[in-house]
Amino acid sequence: MVDAPIVEVRGLKKTFMVRHAGGMSQLNALDDVNFDVMPGETLGLVGESGSGKSTAGRILVGLIPATAGSVALFGRHITGRDGMAALRAVRPRLQFVFQDPYAALNPRMRVGNSVAEPLEIGGKLSRRDRSDRVAELFELVGLPKISTDRYPHEFSGGQRQRIVIARSLALNPDFIVCDEPVSALDVSMQDQIVNLLLDLQDRFGLSYLFIAHDLAVVRIISTRVAVMYAGSIVETAPKKHIYAAPQHPYTKALLDAVPRPDPAFVRAPAISGEVPSLLDPPKGCRFHPRCPLVMDRCRSEIPRLTASGKDRQVACHLFAKGS
Amino acid sequence: MAAAPLLAIRDLTVQFRVDTGWVTAIEGVSIDIGEGDCVGVVGESGSGKSVTALSILRLHDRAATRIPTGSITFRGQDLLRSSGRALRRIRGSEIAMIFQDPMSSLNPVLTISDQIAETLAQHQNMSGTAARQRAVELLDLVRIPDARRRAGDYPHQLSGGMRQRVMVAMAIACRPRLLIADEPTTALDVTIQAQILELLRELRRELGMSVMLISHDLGVIAEFADSVIVMYAGRVVEQAPVTELFRRPVHPYTIGLMAAVPKLDGDATRLSAIPGRVPGPQEDIRGCRFAPRCGFVLDRCLQATPPIELAGALHSVRCPPQVLALGNING
Amino acid sequence: MTDVSLDAIASGASLAPPQRGRALRRMFSHRSFLIGFVIIAVLSLAAIFAPLLTSLDPSAMKVRLRFRSPTADFFFGTDMFGRDIFTRVLYGARVSLFVGLAVSLISGFCGAVIGVVAAQFRKLDAPIMRLMDALMSFPAILLALGIAAALGPRVSSVIAALTVAYVPAGVRIVRAAALVVREMDYVQAARLAGASSLRIIVRHILPNCFSPLLVHLTFIFAYAILAEAALSFLGVGVQPPLASWGNIIAEGRDYATEAWWVMLFPGVAISLAALGMNLLGDALRDVLDPRLKGGD
Repeated sequence: MVDAPIVEVRGLKKTFMVRHAGGMSQLNALDDVNFDVMPGETLGLVGESGSGKSTAGRILVGLIPATAGSVALFGRHITGRDGMAALRAVRPRLQFVFQDPYAALNPRMRVGNSVAEPLEIGGKLSRRDRSDRVAELFELVGLPKISTDRYPHEFSGGQRQRIVIARSLALNPDFIVCDEPVSALDVSMQDQIVNLLLDLQDRFGLSYLFIAHDLAVVRIISTRVAVMYAGSIVETAPKKHIYAAPQHPYTKALLDAVPRPDPAFVRAPAISGEVPSLLDPPKGCRFHPRCPLVMDRCRSEIPRLTASGKDRQVACHLFAKGS
Repeated sequence: MAAAPLLAIRDLTVQFRVDTGWVTAIEGVSIDIGEGDCVGVVGESGSGKSVTALSILRLHDRAATRIPTGSITFRGQDLLRSSGRALRRIRGSEIAMIFQDPMSSLNPVLTISDQIAETLAQHQNMSGTAARQRAVELLDLVRIPDARRRAGDYPHQLSGGMRQRVMVAMAIACRPRLLIADEPTTALDVTIQAQILELLRELRRELGMSVMLISHDLGVIAEFADSVIVMYAGRVVEQAPVTELFRRPVHPYTIGLMAAVPKLDGDATRLSAIPGRVPGPQEDIRGCRFAPRCGFVLDRCLQATPPIELAGALHSVRCPPQVLALGNING
Repeated sequence: MTDVSLDAIASGASLAPPQRGRALRRMFSHRSFLIGFVIIAVLSLAAIFAPLLTSLDPSAMKVRLRFRSPTADFFFGTDMFGRDIFTRVLYGARVSLFVGLAVSLISGFCGAVIGVVAAQFRKLDAPIMRLMDALMSFPAILLALGIAAALGPRVSSVIAALTVAYVPAGVRIVRAAALVVREMDYVQAARLAGASSLRIIVRHILPNCFSPLLVHLTFIFAYAILAEAALSFLGVGVQPPLASWGNIIAEGRDYATEAWWVMLFPGVAISLAALGMNLLGDALRDVLDPRLKGGD
């Protein structure tokens, strides 16, 4: 009973050309990224700034083109020659929830119209039906139907995020990329939105790619977690294992760095250094300048993502065969 | 222990002018910070924690702010009644502040050495070479690698974590008695946040300064603060030493907040959310401002501002005893 | 499901009452706006109801009544042909205000379309902006002078000439705003839903470029009135006997010492109109700008 993955990413690479004082340079945002998302699960994609997680999410829904590698959605390749046509075909089954609830809604449009827009573009429903559907969606996300006439500035951040989620559900998608959907919200709002996402997933059998930097939130909502650093995935594992027994030194450092709401807890000392510049990344493993367990091999050879346990993968020479 | 506190905020109320009139941003706030103390102020957006901090140094827009009641006493001097000159003398040298977004606090057209030297020139009359030398020393103190060379850099050439270190360097340049840090690590990656918190802890020890740390992150507060002030919708709702607060939170909001924070361990599959949302300052709520969301609300909560009660030595809470009793039975 | 409905009650109940008309209320409580609005309203109403305010014919020449100074019969005096200046100023308002309105609306519309196209279609951006730069390198008055002279002296030439002169400024403003709006998440969301470029431009980009454009147009209105006066003064604009504020001043130029009122009153009218529009523009900028982000 093996389901086919909804999302298959292989060897994804993305470079941006940036202009700066010295001329044009190549920014390596993503390098050899591989992951899958299975039906009905939530893959948590975790990383700090510069990890490339948002870029990966946007490539997945076709907002940004990939430079190299393949992305297959529902079995269709959206990269490569017939990519555009494939993307158009699967588009109704994909959606994206944005991070900033203030920027994700057109301030000049009534929220009801914003939510109805995907339906309008699809063109299949009459005005009456659209309006019914919008009311239904508002109810689903816990907002009163009468508020469809209001403008975004009349709502709080958490309420706006609900509207954004309502819009994303309009066409009954199967897969939703959530890009830091709760980072801009207060703790109590965060919880409400996360619970809402969980409820919707239960109800409609959705699959999520949940992009975030907050490990604690990711823990609640994910089935599996993938950790990214400076443009590539360093570890993938089922949620339980990532938190209980992290393998990659970066994952360990990340978990160690999170402050706990417990005054008696003594945190391990922080690792030194910063995320490397993507214009001129270090040779070999991009984490090696900061890694407490660095070996000679790490400075010259890039570790590939390899299996390291049941349903686990890690990109680290410590786990490579014969090291 | 009966020594006067370094900074004493008493019954402070601050109001802002908006197009419809005046709104109350904070009300009846009282906070004491002793010599060498570290006080954490925790609250969500709209809690008024930043307003409180900015009021200490009167950094608000004078024309649109009024302070109907309250006093802020720093080493015996009432800051609210001080002249502009006196305040400028204190700002940067005795009380320093660092903010959440270092990019907007740093002047993009000046090198970081110049900016640190500016503070030194202003308050310590240092000039030219001496100031630049001291600036490099300070950058070293905040662990900026290769400080001498980086002193000539511009803010945009530095990463977020480095910029925040520069902010800290500027803040401690004149060895202030009190450092106010308003969400200093919120905009930073978690590994960098850990570094900055460690840096602040060390500097605090070395310089013997008091710190007022403002954050919405309970973890940061737990790790850093000695005592904690919890604010909600413009009022202080609970105050206690840190261990006491986390062991025995008493105010329904504090209890709810702690339950709502997602934990890194444990097996939770859902988050325990506080229903509703934080009221805006314009919303006029009679009585307790948390009442609409409180699970233990009683009639009296809707009638008058709840009084401050003692819940233990050094542990005070703004909640009627009848409600607290309910909370203790269930919590 | 219980959690969702609890949240519904909680979050729904705390939705503030609708703030209809809040923008309008804000505008009218702004002093500059009120003053500017009153000035422009008075001038506009005077222009529209000119026949009710004066029974005289603006072109009627009565040689016996030459050079009367302002009196109760002739509020603004008479000119070298015995025509009543008050009447001429009122009828002239129709022309001058109409020119201001037409130029600002048409140049605004063209500027918006071109600006949005430049922002949305990268390949057209460079050629369009170079063309605008070329147009802007001419001083507006000279450019308008040239075009008006070529087209022949009449109201429509003045409008055409000034429109061309002021379109580049509008393009700049709208293009700048459109470039910012283009990157906003809600535009990305529309792209994700499969929206066509046209839809994105019309429903998302243009409405959000409206505010800076509106402020800009009030200033163009003022510039246009001043420029029309200049063009008519120079003889390439509206031709007498049709009155415009500019050509009344032009005709009175030779009699400045004997009949100063011929130049004074249309001059005051021009200044008032420009002042009024500038005040409106300033007030609009204050009211609209910080609200662009809105809420919380």
